[in-house]
Amino acid sequence: MAVLTAPKIVSSRSQYADSHSMSRYLATDGFTALRKALSMHPEAVAAEVDSASLLGRGGAGFPAGRKWSMLRKAPVSYLVVNGDESEPATFKDHYLVEREPHQLVEGVTIAAYALQVSQAFIYLRGEFALGLERLQQAVNDAYDHGALGSDIFGSGFSLDIIVHPGAGAYICGEETALIEALEGKRGFPRIKPPYFPAAIGLYGQPTVVNNVETMANMPWIVNNGGAAFAALGQGRSAGTRLFALSGRVKNPGVYELEMVKNTFRDIIFDPALGGGIVGDKKIKAFIPGGVSAPWFTPEQLDIPLGQDEVAEQASMLGSGSIVVLDEDSCVVRAAWRITKFFSRESCGQCTPCREGSGWLERIMYRMEHGGGRREDLDLLLDLCDNIAPGLSWPPQQTTICVLGPSIPSSIHSAITNFRDDFIAHVEHNGCPHD
Amino acid sequence: MSYLRPDIRQRADELVSLYPQKRSAMLPLLHLAQEQDGYLTDKGMAEVAELTGTSPAEVRGTASFYDMFHLEPVGKYVVGVCTNIACLLAGGEELLDHATKTLGCAVGGTSADGLFTLEETECLADCDIAPVVQVNHRYVRTTTPDALDALVSDLRNGRRDDEIPPHGTLIRVRRNGGLRAPRAQVAAEREAAQTAREARAAKETK
Repeated sequence: MAVLTAPKIVSSRSQYADSHSMSRYLATDGFTALRKALSMHPEAVAAEVDSASLLGRGGAGFPAGRKWSMLRKAPVSYLVVNGDESEPATFKDHYLVEREPHQLVEGVTIAAYALQVSQAFIYLRGEFALGLERLQQAVNDAYDHGALGSDIFGSGFSLDIIVHPGAGAYICGEETALIEALEGKRGFPRIKPPYFPAAIGLYGQPTVVNNVETMANMPWIVNNGGAAFAALGQGRSAGTRLFALSGRVKNPGVYELEMVKNTFRDIIFDPALGGGIVGDKKIKAFIPGGVSAPWFTPEQLDIPLGQDEVAEQASMLGSGSIVVLDEDSCVVRAAWRITKFFSRESCGQCTPCREGSGWLERIMYRMEHGGGRREDLDLLLDLCDNIAPGLSWPPQQTTICVLGPSIPSSIHSAITNFRDDFIAHVEHNGCPHD
Repeated sequence: MSYLRPDIRQRADELVSLYPQKRSAMLPLLHLAQEQDGYLTDKGMAEVAELTGTSPAEVRGTASFYDMFHLEPVGKYVVGVCTNIACLLAGGEELLDHATKTLGCAVGGTSADGLFTLEETECLADCDIAPVVQVNHRYVRTTTPDALDALVSDLRNGRRDDEIPPHGTLIRVRRNGGLRAPRAQVAAEREAAQTAREARAAKETK
């Protein structure tokens, strides 16, 4: 049975139809955490966040407190919030921005105070037209309320937040590409080192880049204490997390669950959550953390929803999105479509990614649509190996950013677990499901 | 003489003044230029270049990287149908195929009456109501062929124009608040910090 006793930390207001309004926010403890934070020393706020052991909610799962501590001391530094949510089947930040935009603004303000940064940016996907409207309105509301701008609540601390629209590019979710886009350029990831923008980021200045959901946790952590947050979950996975469930389940949606206390089986099958497979069919496979992650099979349903628990099984919890394939789903078509996505979204800087994704897509296309050959299986794996040598997880990298090594996951998983399906496509000269 | 309409030009100037460096306003300004013309014209991009202190070639080079910017004319309604993984599993390809018939144009094409442009999109992050369809970047939540046909009929008759405004993801976004401190003061503080940094850097290199 699913464990649903944990408090809702980031989605408590979503039950209200007017959860995006300032009046609802103020009626539900809005800005109490900011007032409390402003009465504390900035370093004490940062220490509170550090003690929460909050792992970044963007996908990489890097400890937020450690990221902050790496910020190089400089007169000008920036906070950039990553709301470019584009990992396929990930829709939790979209959910948060449309339903709880004020919480995000308050969280960003608390983080900026802890970091003593006076300029923050929230980079939001350009496709989120309504999200952009609601977030800008929340920022406007905060200015009117004295919770943003000059001398916030009379504390002497000032902050400006700019809501910045993206324009359609998956790669801009990579933090250095996002910074390039924010500088008005093509979204090319920057060459590493430096590995972290905390050394050299926006305009060459020290910059912290955090995910939307990471920021949304700040008000609760300040109000309830880092220890209360760390007491939820288990091991390295503290607190709750938003999980976006989609695919062949009866109740797809965004669920806030305590980390580790539930398994994939719980979220997919519990009547209060996913409710099982559409038409009560059998589950064939599921993707545990965005399409960059290696797939899982039904034997792995009892793995807990935790960072390390999933990593131990050679995949990742990633962006917290779970896609379910049922017995009628074509795994070849699914892997082809994911590969097509990477091929379209490769920025083109690095040869293994730019060329490799296109070659893989074309071979997968003929496998699915007719013309596939038995030897294509070896060819596919060989190409995958050229992009991420060894096909291990976490993957080896031959490219500037992690988009490249994410490409092989779906093909490698599909061939490893469902080789017979590929053979059936070859023998049928196309998809047997058509 | 500004090519951008006075109201759009005013919003563009306000945006440029927000950012520490004006080139950072590139993407929002391109959204504004597209809001005016439906796509990015040479004249629109030239004005964005002037506003951001770049060249028209740099503007085009930047714009061409991003999927949302159109470098050729598009229909009044840009219909996007997602076929990525969650939508694929919910019949996204079939819905896209149906849309080509209803709209009478191929994927990437524009209908003969100039009303509709059809796009196959990547994941639009609304995967619990799949397949996802957007019109001018508004989620319309029509997941079946019948619902799509009804939507198209409504759009032809202008019945959804309140809910689905014309192009421009920023068309209803207005920044009303601002720094309480006078903008000049903020700019002066930034400049002082920058000067101090440069002085220090110069010292370090010596």
